[in-house]
Amino acid sequence: MKCFNYPLYIRSVPSQNELKFHYTVHTSLDVVEEKVSAVGKSIGDQRELYLGLLYPTEDYKVYGYVTNSKVKFVIVVDSSNTSLRDNEIRSMFRKLHNSFTDVMCNPFYNPGDPIQSKAFNGIVSGMMVQTG
Amino acid sequence: MTQRLRTSGRRSGDAGPTDSTELLREALPNNKAPLGCYFHGVLPLKHMESQEEKPVIYTMENKPIVTCAGDQGLFTSLYTSLAQQLPREPMEWRRTYGRAPKMIHLEANFVQFKEELLPKEGNKALLTFPFLHIYWTDCCDTETYKSSVKEDMMRWQNTLRSHSSADWVIIVVESNETKKKNKPNILPRSSIVDKIRSDFCNKQNDRCVVLSDPLKDSSRSLESWNALLLKLRTLLLMSFTKNLGRFEDDMRTLREKRTQPGWSFCEYFMVQEELAFVFEMLQQFEDALVQYDELDALFTQYVLNFGAGDTANWLGSFCAPVRNWSGLLLRRPIDMEKRDSIQRGEASLLDLRSYLFSRQCTLLIFLQRPWEVTQRALELLHNCVQELRLLEVSVIDGALDCWVFLSCLEVLHRIEGCCDPAQLAANCSHTVGLWAYATDKLKCLGELCGLVSKNGPTSEDLNRTVDLLAGLGDERPETVNSLQSPYKKLKEALSSVEAFERHYLELSHAAMEMYQAIGRLRSARLVGKSLAEFYMRKGDPVRAEPFMKEALKSYESEGWRLPVTHTRRQIAECQKLLGRTEDYLRTSALLAGDVNLSTEERKHFCQEILSFAGRSGNPSHKVSLCMNVFAQLTRLQFRPATASVHSGAVLQVELTLRCLMPVPVCIQQLAASIHFDVDHGGTHGRSKGATRQTNQGTIEFKPGTSSAGPNSSTTAGPTLEMDEIQDRSPSDNSLSSVGVVCKNTHLIIRRRENGSPPETPNCVSPPTVAMKEGGQMLKVQNVKLEPGNNSITFTAPSGQPGTYTLRQLCATVGEVQFVLSPIYPSVRYEVYSQEPQLTVEPLSEPLLAGMPQLVKFTLLTGHYTVKKGDALQLSNTETMPILPSSSCTARISSPDAELVGESTLSIQSSEKVTSISLPPTLPYQVLEFQLEVLCIIPSGSERPANERLTNGEVRHRPRSYSHPDTPMTAIDQRMSIDCPWSIYSTLLALTFYIPFKTKHSLLSSGNRKYIQVCVQNVSDMNFTLTDMKLTEKQHSSLELQSLNTKTNQLLCSKHSVFCLWEVRWKDDLPSCLQCVFSANFCPLNQDASAFKPFHYQFQLERVTTLYSVRAEILPPPGEQHCRSGLVCGLEVCITRLTEPSEGEIAEDSKTDTDGLKNAKLMYEVADSSSNWAVCGKSSGMVLMPLKANATHKVQIEVMPLFAGHLPFPKIKVLKYLPHNAAAAIQPDPGKVPLRVKMIFFFFLLFSSFTCRIFVSISLISAAPLRLFTASFCVFSSCRPQTAV
Repeated sequence: MKCFNYPLYIRSVPSQNELKFHYTVHTSLDVVEEKVSAVGKSIGDQRELYLGLLYPTEDYKVYGYVTNSKVKFVIVVDSSNTSLRDNEIRSMFRKLHNSFTDVMCNPFYNPGDPIQSKAFNGIVSGMMVQTG
Repeated sequence: MTQRLRTSGRRSGDAGPTDSTELLREALPNNKAPLGCYFHGVLPLKHMESQEEKPVIYTMENKPIVTCAGDQGLFTSLYTSLAQQLPREPMEWRRTYGRAPKMIHLEANFVQFKEELLPKEGNKALLTFPFLHIYWTDCCDTETYKSSVKEDMMRWQNTLRSHSSADWVIIVVESNETKKKNKPNILPRSSIVDKIRSDFCNKQNDRCVVLSDPLKDSSRSLESWNALLLKLRTLLLMSFTKNLGRFEDDMRTLREKRTQPGWSFCEYFMVQEELAFVFEMLQQFEDALVQYDELDALFTQYVLNFGAGDTANWLGSFCAPVRNWSGLLLRRPIDMEKRDSIQRGEASLLDLRSYLFSRQCTLLIFLQRPWEVTQRALELLHNCVQELRLLEVSVIDGALDCWVFLSCLEVLHRIEGCCDPAQLAANCSHTVGLWAYATDKLKCLGELCGLVSKNGPTSEDLNRTVDLLAGLGDERPETVNSLQSPYKKLKEALSSVEAFERHYLELSHAAMEMYQAIGRLRSARLVGKSLAEFYMRKGDPVRAEPFMKEALKSYESEGWRLPVTHTRRQIAECQKLLGRTEDYLRTSALLAGDVNLSTEERKHFCQEILSFAGRSGNPSHKVSLCMNVFAQLTRLQFRPATASVHSGAVLQVELTLRCLMPVPVCIQQLAASIHFDVDHGGTHGRSKGATRQTNQGTIEFKPGTSSAGPNSSTTAGPTLEMDEIQDRSPSDNSLSSVGVVCKNTHLIIRRRENGSPPETPNCVSPPTVAMKEGGQMLKVQNVKLEPGNNSITFTAPSGQPGTYTLRQLCATVGEVQFVLSPIYPSVRYEVYSQEPQLTVEPLSEPLLAGMPQLVKFTLLTGHYTVKKGDALQLSNTETMPILPSSSCTARISSPDAELVGESTLSIQSSEKVTSISLPPTLPYQVLEFQLEVLCIIPSGSERPANERLTNGEVRHRPRSYSHPDTPMTAIDQRMSIDCPWSIYSTLLALTFYIPFKTKHSLLSSGNRKYIQVCVQNVSDMNFTLTDMKLTEKQHSSLELQSLNTKTNQLLCSKHSVFCLWEVRWKDDLPSCLQCVFSANFCPLNQDASAFKPFHYQFQLERVTTLYSVRAEILPPPGEQHCRSGLVCGLEVCITRLTEPSEGEIAEDSKTDTDGLKNAKLMYEVADSSSNWAVCGKSSGMVLMPLKANATHKVQIEVMPLFAGHLPFPKIKVLKYLPHNAAAAIQPDPGKVPLRVKMIFFFFLLFSSFTCRIFVSISLISAAPLRLFTASFCVFSSCRPQTAV
């Protein structure tokens, strides 16, 4: 299956350094693909969606999550934010995934279009505020 | 812990027991002597940059200390075998705290016993802890034992006891030699042992072991050795378990005190590390690593707590400003320098982390997990940077970069040192992170120290460099002699611009290659982009460009807008420097329309284009750019909406262009090139025009995906553009085939070039935008395009008929052309040329024959101009005269049904021709007028000879036929019109319908004859009918007496009128009558002048009556009445009324024997309604002589089944046909029923039951013969029922 890697939704708070995050997230796709293909070979169907820490950088931690339909979620958090452990990140991804599913269920949403759903936006904002 | 106790390093290859004084001397922070090396199953090192440095994997050459007291000479002699044999067999070590038992090979460092070796009270050192004390003796005689040995042992025991050390053993060596030496007073060896045991081993008999003949090669000796070794191992393990357990307990206690003030992490560190050392000594690296990991976690937690506001006092020392950033040191097993500083509590955070990591690294390599080292290294480096930030430790700029850079390289070197190149290559996914990190840091340093600029470092930069280099300190002794060490690399890189560039490129390329090798192309491109930025800063755009383009391609193909914009802006800069005007303009155009940029920047790039455009250069060379980035065609609208006009008409095309530029742009010329196709076949063109109408002449272009949008559409290919085609036969316009065609196959079935990415909508790959010259163009000069939607109207050329397809759109701004090619979906309009067309159609359906009707003439002038004096010539026909009318006006209207004018027509009729002179009319207008015509109803069978029309054509008689849709009979009336624009006559047909259907019938009653005419109105109108007349043409003697009472008869729609005449004749009734029925009719409620005649001709043959049939029913004899159930007699009497006619004789050639001609008749009595039962013979044949008044009677028995008034049973009389005639008509030649018409006049008398029936039979035609019978009616019922 061919995977497209164009962004459906990008949000960064604060927004002043957004470009850097775009680069970071784009580059992280390398690792996502690596991990997904590695898993695909071994087990097959029963796959853990959460990919864990993709790679650390000096300032950020990049986590990945891939749905069964190969939609990728990437969360980048500040390295200095130590309150976010693996479990928190996991639950954030699960929440994102649920909200994303809702977006896809919207009959007016055209799959492949950038996501402009207010509900989705709200969920993301909520998470970002919460994590500070 | 004292310095002394830390001194257990040993040389490899022990030659013998170490003197403890020597041990003391080996205090070694800066011990120059190489530390002992051994291989713990780690791969031997293949590559190290400096072969002169011997040590490969350093570790402490530590073994558990075992002291030896007693006879030193004896021990020395046994030492070698003991040291060799002790580790030979593994022992199972059972662990406390539920830890899994382990098999362990025990080794020992045997040292001479000294009291100083025993740990003093409170000393927790473990490494130097003597785990076992051995007393050696080979004493075999009691005297000696009593005199000296016992005393010595006693002293030894006391010393041990005073230090509460319970781990001891006494070994008594016994040999035959000693026995032989001391012959006389030899006690048995056992006695000495017993003595020792009784003296010292109080209930612990196992603490005294006998070793027999240790130097002999005998089985006894072997056995005793084994016993001794087993004992030693057991005792050692016991000691380990006991002492380590105690140590761990103490350590935990200490750890629990960590919240108390005054607790020091450094102290605790030393304690736990002691444990790690011991595990390492025992080669339990896993356990050792756990100790360090625990320390690591503990420290990390403290730092995090500090960040959360919870400060520990001891942490203060770690917050000291960083003064040294010499990087990790992984070449020593223990970095004593750092360890000491930790011990002294003077270590900085970096020192502690470095030390901790170096220990972890060593252990991991022992464990053969080098890739974990790289992973942990990256985490460590990131973590340290974070921790320093968190602790707000002051660091000079670049110091951390130096530290990270050096550390990365150090780790990489270390890993390279223990892996072969193939392994390294296979695992570069683990190392590439470090490479990239080092590259990144070096770049930062370069920028910091002014090594990346064009002009080289400033003095400020140089000062900074000096400061940074100062923090590196001196190079470590291990690498002083190597040609390439991280230290040297950094120093060199910071020394000059050239050296920096060399090192930076080397690292960058290494990182990129590795990323590419493991398929992380995006990461590789990011490094490449960073390299490009470096080149740009160095002022080398040539080398920068390919990297940027590579990166841009990747972002574009995956639709990442911000990176696309950013990279594109960099490329623009690069292209500008390179002087690639065209590329630069193209990029500028993209950027000017890029919403991700600020308006200022967009204006800048727009201005760049405009200023280039304004430059007066070589006018022959224009720069062509893709229009999509400049403006988008969103809508195209035709006026008129059909997009189909006749030649010469005005067609306007309105474009809606969405200009993407941030400022208004003046365009000198906007042109659309047109491809012209001559159209074939007018009908084809018109049908296409019809399809155009469905979209209202407006074509919406899909809003182009903005500059970096996801281009899924391009990867999926263009959508199919389907069109319906209809192929109609040219003669009658009937559909012969229908199909669906794909109009853009050239786009869909295009072959993709291998390797080239799908064409992106943002036109990065320079599209072929050459403007084709020469063709027809739509042009508009000097347009100002405002940002946003602009509407531009063209007037399209419409000279020649055909199809015009809009191909390209080109906006010219000075030297710059923006070209849109091709316009898709394709847009075309049609120009048609139309022949003049004349149609005649009824004003109202249906046209009724016999009455004046209005027909509408419509003339589409097409390309023909109607001049004054032009006239239509209609050939007159008799069957459809054109009624002259006084005022006939013509309406002239435009194609849009707009009234242009009206004028009166003059109509002149001559004998043959009616001429209608037309008013002057312009081309492509519609001329309409109405004429009144009358179609004369044909009056039946009259067939005049063919006539010729004025133009010599044979006149076709209007043929009447029945139309399937209506009960009315239709007449096609053809018209021939000569038109001024053609030499050929125009033939047109009008269909009229006859409103009436007329039927006639002959009725007989005995000898009397009646003619009945039935007029049925089949139209939807109501009529009045007057003056019904019936005339006979040939026989003047015949009189037709009308039995009709009314002269005026209302004839409603779908109703009928019956008229009856009695035929009276004088001499003979002619056998054939030619009748004409005539009447006048007009629509109801119209005045008398509107009456029109109606004629109906018909012919009656064989009118005369041949036979009469009489029937009588008689009651049975003796009865007065007919009764039900009784058989009555039916008498049928057939009488011939006339002499035979000529034809009849010829027909019936049957001749009787007596010469009389006979006709064969068949009779049949049947009662279908079950009133009568016919008894006996019901049918039969009679021979009737062909002679007037010949009579034949037939008796038949019938029985009434009911009482009451009963109708007569049916009597059928049939005539036989001659053989020859019948064969041709009916399959059964036997008998054919006569066509009999019977009129019953019967009366039923209840009393007498006498009844007469008069039946007149007229043979109307010979075949086919149908029998009409009447079963029951009373007088003059004129509705016979059909029986056969």
